[in-house]
Parts: sequence; C-alpha cells; structure tokens
Amino acid sequence: MAEYQNIFNRVQVQAEPEAGVPLPNGDRERIGKPLLFYWAGKLGNAQIGPIYLGWTGLASILFGLIAILIIGFNFLAQVNWDVIQFIRQLFWLGLEPPQAEYGLGIPPLAEGGWWLMAGFFLTTSILLWWVRVYRRARALNLGTHVAWAFAAAIFLYLSLGFFRPILMGDWSEAVPFGIFPHLDWTTAFSLKYGNLYYNPFHMLCIAFLYGSAVLFAMHGATVLAVGRYGGEREIEQITDRGTASDRAMLFWRWTMGFNATMESIHRWAWWFAVLVPITGGIGILLTGTVVDNWYLWAIDHGVAPSYPIVHPNVVDPATLQGMSQ
Amino acid sequence: MKTMTHKTTTVAALAGAALLMTGCEMPIGIETEQTGYRGLGMEQVTKRHLEAMKRSGMEIPEPERPAAAAGPLAGDIYENVKVLGDLNISEFNRLMNAITAWVSPEEGCNYCHTPGNFADENVYTKIVSRRMLEMTYTINQEWTAHVGETGVTCYTCHMGNPVPENIWYEDPGMQQAGGFAASRMGQNLAGTNVASSSLPNDVFTPFLQGDEPKNIRITPRTSLPMGDNPYNLMDAEWVHGLMIHFSVALGANCTTCHNTNNFPEWETSPPQRVTAWHGIELVRALNNQYLNPLQPEYPDYRLGPLGDAPKTNCATCHNGLQLPLDRAQMLKDYPELNRVNHRGDQPAATTSAAADDAATAAEG
Repeated sequence: MAEYQNIFNRVQVQAEPEAGVPLPNGDRERIGKPLLFYWAGKLGNAQIGPIYLGWTGLASILFGLIAILIIGFNFLAQVNWDVIQFIRQLFWLGLEPPQAEYGLGIPPLAEGGWWLMAGFFLTTSILLWWVRVYRRARALNLGTHVAWAFAAAIFLYLSLGFFRPILMGDWSEAVPFGIFPHLDWTTAFSLKYGNLYYNPFHMLCIAFLYGSAVLFAMHGATVLAVGRYGGEREIEQITDRGTASDRAMLFWRWTMGFNATMESIHRWAWWFAVLVPITGGIGILLTGTVVDNWYLWAIDHGVAPSYPIVHPNVVDPATLQGMSQ
Repeated sequence: MKTMTHKTTTVAALAGAALLMTGCEMPIGIETEQTGYRGLGMEQVTKRHLEAMKRSGMEIPEPERPAAAAGPLAGDIYENVKVLGDLNISEFNRLMNAITAWVSPEEGCNYCHTPGNFADENVYTKIVSRRMLEMTYTINQEWTAHVGETGVTCYTCHMGNPVPENIWYEDPGMQQAGGFAASRMGQNLAGTNVASSSLPNDVFTPFLQGDEPKNIRITPRTSLPMGDNPYNLMDAEWVHGLMIHFSVALGANCTTCHNTNNFPEWETSPPQRVTAWHGIELVRALNNQYLNPLQPEYPDYRLGPLGDAPKTNCATCHNGLQLPLDRAQMLKDYPELNRVNHRGDQPAATTSAAADDAATAAEG
C-alpha cells in the first residue's frame, strides 16, 4: 500500500506554515517567521516556529542561564581555568553542596555557597517554565495535564535537592550538580541507607518506570498497526464494529484477555508516567528521615526473605576479644 | 531494491546496537563463578584477557641454593649488621643475593651499598631496606590472619623493581583556582585510585594512615533513625571510593567480601571479608610504624608532592590478584627472613643519627 493512502504516514506536505489559533486578548503575538525544516520532519513536525516565550519563558531562560553559568564557571575554576582540562574532565566535574558542618546555614561561596545559588536559580527557572506550560495550555483552552505531569517531575527534583535536605537539617544530603558526581551520589545514597532496592517506594517507582515503557510500546504499536483502518480517529470509531479501534481492542482481548479502551489507555499511560517521580520522591523523602536502613526495615516487615547462611563462621573481627591488632 | 536497503539498514542498526550494549568490551572470555546462595548475585566475574594481562610480568624466581647450616655469625664478621646479625655468614649472603634478585636485579649490590665499603651507612636505600626486613618479619610473625602461612617476601611487592609499582603519596589533586571559586572537595576528577569514577580521589590519606583513620562503617545498623548516626552522604562516598580501590587492587568484585543485599552485615558475608579486615589493619600499621617514619631518610625525589614518604595500600602487594603472586610459596624457602632482629616499632626516626655515628666509626 502506498504511504499516502494511510493518514498515518511519513509523507511531508510542503505548504504554507500553520500560524496557530488566535491568542486571547492581552497575550503577545507569537514571534518569528515559521520555516519548514526537512530533517525536523523526519522526527516530528517539519514546521519550526512561531514561538511564544512571554515574560515567564524569558525569565525562565535567563534564570536557567545564570544557573548553568554558575555551574560551568565553577567547573572551569576547579581545573584552574584550563579549557582543555575542562573539556576532558567535563563529565567528572561537579558542584558540591555544602559540607554537613554548615547544616542549613549559608556557607562560604567556595564551600557550597555557589551550589546554593545555582540551586536557587535553577529551581526558579524550572518553576517559571512550569507556569509557562500551565498558562500556554490555558491560552489554548487545553486541559493542564502536561503541566501536572511536569509538576510531578518537579516534585522529585525538589524532594532530592530541597525538601529532604531540609528534613535532614543539612544541605550536604542534597545532590551535587555534575554528570558522574550525581551518579556517584546515587550509589552512595543507596550504600549509606542500607540498600535502596528494599525501599518499597523505590520498587514502585521502578515498576511504574518500566511499566511506562511497556505501555508506551504497546499503545504506539497498536495505533500504528490499525493506522490502515483510520486508527487515529480513535474516539469517533469507538463503538463501531470492524473499525480500527474495534480491531485494536479485539486484538488485545484475544492476546491477553483484557483491553484498555482508546480513552483509558491514555489515562493508564499518564498515571504510570506521573507515578514514577511521585513514588520515587516519596521513597527519597522517607530515606534517612523515617527509615535509616532499608534492608533492615525490609527484614522487620517481612519484605526481604532471609537466606541460608553459606559461611557460618564469619564473625566481625572488631568484636572479638584478645585481638592482637 | 528499496526493501534491500531497508534490510541492510536494519541489520546495520541491530549490529550497532549490539556493539553499543556490550560497552565496547568483547563479550567473550568472561567467566562467572557462583560463590554464594543462589539468587543473590553472589558470584565472581573474571575476564580471561585481564587475568592474563595481570600476570604478564609475573615470574617467580627460583630459590637460592640452601645455605650451610653452621658458620660464624654475620654480626661477628661484618660491620654494621643490625637486624640480620643472628644469621651465619652463609645464610646472610644467601639472603643478600636473594634480595638483590628480588629488589634490584639490574642495579645489583650497589643499589644499597657503597662499592668497596659495604658497611657504609650513608646510602638511604640501605637504611630503608633494613627497616623493610623488620617489616617483612613483623608481617610474617604477627599478621598471619591476613598473610596466612604463605607470608610475604621482598618479592611480593617489589617483583624485581627497586620501588614497588603500586605505592601512594598524599595527593593534593590538580590545582584549583582558589578564592571564591567552588572547591572540588577532594573529588570530581577522573581518579585513577577509584577506577576513573568521580568519587573522592585520595582515599588512602584519610583511611590508611594516622592514629585516627576515618571510619569505614557508615551504614546505620538500625532500621529506624535513632538520631545517633554521625555519618553523612559524603562519608559514604569516601568509603565507596576506598572499596573501589580494594576491588581494583585485588581484581575482586564487591561480592568477594560482601553479600550486597546488606553490605555491613557480617553474618551473611563470605569469609574473605575477615581476611580483608585484617588487611586494612595491616596496611594502617605498616604505614604508621614503618613507612611514614622513614620519611626523613628519603631523598627529595622519592617523596610525594606534599613531601610525604611513599606508602602502601592493597595494590602494593596484591598487584591486581586476590592472592599475591598466585600464592607462590616463596617464604618457606627463606627461613632467614623469620630470624630478623626486630628493633621496635619506630626506630627509623633515630637511624639518621645512628647512621652518622656508624659511618664515622666504620673502617676506611
């Protein structure tokens, strides 16, 4: 079947760019002359622009830029302004939160002050971008589902770098800025708090994360598979026998005995995705505040099984009396 | 034709993805041995090419011919024999020959001795090697919990090099801008000590020397917070860095010593962890009692960037192997090493003065 006979196809139509619906009174116009970009069309829509930043967008970019400059110039200073080393060590360099001795106080710039400032500017930038996402959705008379999904991610971000350090009374518990440093922080976090795998909210977080991937694959595959019957007209076909939607639902009932509907699959996907950072954030907030060692907690509550002891004579040598050393 | 192109693209993409997923490492020659109860990931992973590489320079020297059983004592015949005086001259010369082969095969006797005047005490290497003999004796006598019956000889660490390949100095790291700029806080550079992670780089200074080394046990031992845990996440990063060193130094996995479901628990740990615990204590004792006190003896070019003496860590003896030299039984061929006169814990500080006196007194 030729591609153009299917509404779901990869054909790029070159026509006058779409200007978008009119904006509400008081909003600025979208700016920039739209252009069609062939390679962008290979991934998504070929049309780039016009864009609308507004003051929230502009302020967000400005604050974000300040945060990135603080982080970047501190990286550069850490290798004594050596650009070659900056590039070479870029993935290793990090901007660390204050040491524990400073608690929640304001440390000197060199010992965590820059981290606090970068955190403030980055957080402001992210929150402003959230406002922008929310307000653009309202301006288009859309629901605000995207904004609330974004808010879930922000909740996790704030749990890691703001809420939990405050609960612990100590900025040093927060995540450093940096590629490998934040990964090392993650391992250290699990090691310090007795193995995060036994944190039930970490379990839920992983389940929703993997579940999101599976749902995304299932839904994408289903809709592409029924594209030849007009699968994109999901809702209007929903009650008609033999249509794309009917076949899609029948397919899943046949293969696994149950099917989501063309409407509910999107709620499944949205909730799975949103519950990843929400459960993850709860798991983070409970660590060190409510539970200090997740493995021992899991043993206390029957979550972790106990395994046979393979080497029965291993005793902590530090507890033995009469050690010569 | 178009289908062909698609197929070629697909095959290329699949091959590329497979290559990416193997992480640029040949997925062959990797062996996994189960070492604990099933389902716990208790296993030792070995890579054949790495095992071969680690042993590429490793040759176990043939033992010297046994010494004559009787003879005058070296201490009575030679000048300035301070720790090997109880050996007869046959045993003494046998051990000297062995040490030359183990430590300075190319430089020969003159690495530690003044040609023509072996009694001369003005060669720093002689002062150091005397102390090293005492150290070897102490390790073999007092630290069997770590070295077992195999013990150590000079060759365990030196392997034919005057300075063992794996030693460490206090490491200030790359220069930073200073002033208001954020400090690296001892981490966040690709650290060779910590397997190129960005964990704290100099994990030896705080853990492996000093009277009050940094505590390794940072994980809370109660499920709920009791408000008495003084450790924070940075402490965990330091310990993690030290553990990475252990792993690299021994070619071991985390699971060699730990059941990783609960790192601090001893009851479920493999017995190697007990040996390792004694190893940590051993390294601390050697650095404190033998290696750091030798600092005044060394010429500047043997000192670290901060002026400290060369020191030992796990890699110094292990050289990437869980059992150094694959457990070659060298000590049993050299009973002389077990008859060293040990002069006490920290005589090195006084040796410079002693050396001057001895040099004055020595025959011309």
